[in-house]
Amino acid sequence: MSARALIQWIAGPVLRARCEGPFALRESVSVGAHGLLGEVVRIDGDDILVQVYEDTTGLRPGIEVIGSGLPLAVQLGPALLGGMFDGLLRPLGGRDVAYVQPGSQHAGTAVEFELLPRVSIGSNILGGQLIAEVWRADFPHQRVFSPPDAAGEVIAIATAGRYLDDAIICRLRAADGSEYRIAMRQAWPVRTPRPVGRRLQTTAPMLTGQRIIDSLFPVALGGKAAIPGGFGTGKTVLLEALARGCSADVVIYLGCGERGNEIAGVLEEFPTLIDPRNGRPLMERMVIIANTSNMPVAAREASIYSAVTVAEYFRDQGLHVALMADSTSRWAEALREVSGRFGELPGEGGYPAYLASRLADFYERAALVETLGGDTGSVTLIGAISPPSGDFSEPVTNHTKRYVKAFWMLDSKRAQARFYPAVHPLHSYAEDAQDFVAWWAAEGCDTWWTLRQRFLALLEEQARLERMARIIGKDALPARQQLTLFNAELMNESFLRQSAFSAVDRVAVPAKQGAMMRMLARWMDLSLNALSDGVELTRIAELPCLRPLARMGEEIANDDLLRFRQLQTRMEAEFAALTATRGGRDAHVAPATAAGGPPGRSDVYVATGSAADDRDVHVAPTGDNHASTAAG
Amino acid sequence: MRPLLLVEHAARKLDGPLLFLQRTLDVGLGDAVDIRGRDGRARFGRIAAIDQDLLTIEVLESTAGLDLPHTVVRFRGEPLSFQLGPGVLGRVFNGVGQVIDGGPPIAAQSRYPIDGLPMNPVARALPRDFIETGISAIDVLNSLVRGQKLPIFSGGGLPHDRLASAIASHARLRSGASGEFAIVFCGIGLPHDSAEHFRRVLEQSGALERCAMFLNLASDSSTQRLLTPRYALTAAEYLAFVEGKHVLVIMTDMTNYCEALREVSSSKGEIPARKGYPGYLYSDLATLYERAGCLRGRPGTLTQLSILTMPADDIGHPIPDLTGYITEGQIVLSRELNRRGISPPISVLPSLSRLAKDGTGGDYTHPDHPALASQLYAAYARAVQTRVLASVVGEEGLAGTDRRYLSFGQAFETQFLHQDGPRTLEQSMALGWRVLASLPPQELTRLSDAQIAEHLSTAPA
Repeated sequence: MSARALIQWIAGPVLRARCEGPFALRESVSVGAHGLLGEVVRIDGDDILVQVYEDTTGLRPGIEVIGSGLPLAVQLGPALLGGMFDGLLRPLGGRDVAYVQPGSQHAGTAVEFELLPRVSIGSNILGGQLIAEVWRADFPHQRVFSPPDAAGEVIAIATAGRYLDDAIICRLRAADGSEYRIAMRQAWPVRTPRPVGRRLQTTAPMLTGQRIIDSLFPVALGGKAAIPGGFGTGKTVLLEALARGCSADVVIYLGCGERGNEIAGVLEEFPTLIDPRNGRPLMERMVIIANTSNMPVAAREASIYSAVTVAEYFRDQGLHVALMADSTSRWAEALREVSGRFGELPGEGGYPAYLASRLADFYERAALVETLGGDTGSVTLIGAISPPSGDFSEPVTNHTKRYVKAFWMLDSKRAQARFYPAVHPLHSYAEDAQDFVAWWAAEGCDTWWTLRQRFLALLEEQARLERMARIIGKDALPARQQLTLFNAELMNESFLRQSAFSAVDRVAVPAKQGAMMRMLARWMDLSLNALSDGVELTRIAELPCLRPLARMGEEIANDDLLRFRQLQTRMEAEFAALTATRGGRDAHVAPATAAGGPPGRSDVYVATGSAADDRDVHVAPTGDNHASTAAG
Repeated sequence: MRPLLLVEHAARKLDGPLLFLQRTLDVGLGDAVDIRGRDGRARFGRIAAIDQDLLTIEVLESTAGLDLPHTVVRFRGEPLSFQLGPGVLGRVFNGVGQVIDGGPPIAAQSRYPIDGLPMNPVARALPRDFIETGISAIDVLNSLVRGQKLPIFSGGGLPHDRLASAIASHARLRSGASGEFAIVFCGIGLPHDSAEHFRRVLEQSGALERCAMFLNLASDSSTQRLLTPRYALTAAEYLAFVEGKHVLVIMTDMTNYCEALREVSSSKGEIPARKGYPGYLYSDLATLYERAGCLRGRPGTLTQLSILTMPADDIGHPIPDLTGYITEGQIVLSRELNRRGISPPISVLPSLSRLAKDGTGGDYTHPDHPALASQLYAAYARAVQTRVLASVVGEEGLAGTDRRYLSFGQAFETQFLHQDGPRTLEQSMALGWRVLASLPPQELTRLSDAQIAEHLSTAPA
């Protein structure tokens, strides 16, 4: 018998009701005739405080609140793949349903799957064990496991055939005689992490296909990363690029409080994309959860938990899952908004004092694990942060920094110069990076760590020299330091810059990244040697191999890596010729700015900020037409 | 519809725009009410919060003259709604949807709740196709796309009103009959003379007949200000998705809206977040901005061009900041350009239209439009940097190319940005090519050789 309460008081998404039966904290409730979904968040004597996940307009005192006896749960099942859901994992209706009506959404109609049983009657199974394989039409096979809390003897199992995903396919009898019914679709409370066998130490990165991330600031498989950036710095474009190119088996894309038109764009684009790894449509490995900024705010608060629960569900099938959350700031703001409605005392920035612990709860659900069934699976969390007015000292960014291992800070100066991805190499970090040395060696790049250190040192040096050049002028720097600036510029241009829209360059495999790093390191060695051999900087800057070198990411495809060897041979030969004729002061009179950058580019280092600001970016006028495609 | 309920002698407290009523009956949150005071004047309001003992009513007109003993409240039993039907265009409404142009009321066909419903993201169609505003800096560089929401970030004293009325008068679709295009003008907290100015300009240009105006004056109550954009957007949704028109909604000034929200929130005693604005400012703004868009299978579109004045020209202030996170780009006006007499003073570099790529190019405007925009953008960015350099080393210390960039920057601002009247896209593009022609062709790295040959060969180098 479910408990009942009557509404006393309503303000926005929060209501208070007088109980006529026992309610539990975090119990999910249904409100009014439309059955609006809510959750008990506070119990005070006979009163309960309920957070309602839908529009509360028209609710009035005296309306019934019915308890479910269960915590807020979502329905997990094989039909999730390729689907679009709201913040509480209810299907977002068809394309013909123009508006989201409160209370109109249900768990979704049942979907039929082909099933092949994997257990037989009489066998004893525990929670998290494989019981069947299911598939539909063109989608990949999925496995159905017993719920983590189920255990007992199989007394019935469906035979091979077609079943609806909410039909009972297996029954267990537990040791105490109680019966357990299992369907493909299983409920799980969103705020409870799903149990695992054990957590594993991670030694491999999750590949993203983005050079600045994989090579310089990698995120671990089962790790956690944050992408803070003001509006217009390309958060959403980067997250979408990661969703397209990352090495996870399943990608959960959470649009949390973001733009409706962006979701429409994802929907328009992703079904047409092909997964490069298996030639199948990318949507087959995606789940999209959308709570746009005008959808109910309390559901935004819950959406992040729904999303991570879905991620854990696929992890428990032995899959590697990446969850992209765009953006966690909107989630934190929803938390703040709802907290304000409860009348809680605000903490820093108006956020409730428990913001930090909620963030910790969320990011702690990232892991590489051995599942209950003995497989290896992982959940990698990547959260975008939209700091108010681009101020990175605000609470959400700060607290997130304490829990994530990889931090990819997007820089508005880079974004304004249309340098994408606008990840700032000096303000970003990856704590786990050193754990991946062995992995890179196995991928055929045993010098990765040395190269990475060298690149980072070069970027640091560039920032220092640019500060100096701003005071004394670049031409006053010694030739060697001018070369350092030139090389740093080349590295930014050829390696760190990567177009999310280029067919060739949008995803770079590790072998290509390694080859490019070695190529640039070789260039640095050769150019430094040439300079110490007395070759003038202007002549180095005019080498014809510089243009293909600067464009190698764009020109050389992932499956065409032999061309790197040709390019290197050419580079070596040109340097050899240069040193052979050194001293020959020929007629090359370079224009004043030629030493400033690779050919085809005509940049100048210009101080647009104060001398104390070290975040200025070289401006890169060449390249693709990004001018109007930035996004946040 | 439920029967109307009348409550007398229940008023307990009056505080600014809020009326607190002893709770004697169960009514719904957000329901509309009519309030009649001692003076016999009818005001209307809505239920903002329901407490154990009290109902909080936002009175949408002045509360001056109300008292506790004589106030009679009539409950309508449903949320505020707007009755709409054919003949909305050409009419002038006040901030709460009442006709104020002296004509007959609208022949209502249906009632629409003014809060609307969130669009199902799955049912949205991606915004496509171009709206010509007649402003070069917008049309060529930061194109407005049907279904987009693009704000103009302005500042006190900048000519955003002039820009808004110019766009309202001259905006048009490039394809399709002009009858498919409609404008909803929503003035929020406008001074009386600005409101008159808009009305006069639209009348003179003949645009008034395809325009519905909603005017909330600065002297109207602040609670009413919160409703004006909702009435305007409800009318716009009706025009777009029922009548199938392409609707451009111009909302000015959103800062007044946010100030009203802060005022009402604080008189309700809510806990403030940044700068005293309520914590739900983002969600609240989103319920307005997100009503822009296109729906699959419906012919109409709803585009928003909202204008806000940045307090103290601070783009990091919560109002522009939160707006920028919701909208698809922004057009920024510059005080410096304004002082130099460039009109409209659109600062190109911080401006952005995220959807321009979906509404420009061969299918919508001209095949070379994106490349031209990209090249103008890059060259102007370079010109601005060269200016900084020149201020350090002096113009004489610059290389020849840099000097040409300086003169390009000058020409770009005075010839391309500055305009005395509306321009068609073709005129704007032609001007764009003309200013580019002052740069050496090898500098134009974002143009293909064919584009240079076609558009720049005849121009003097």
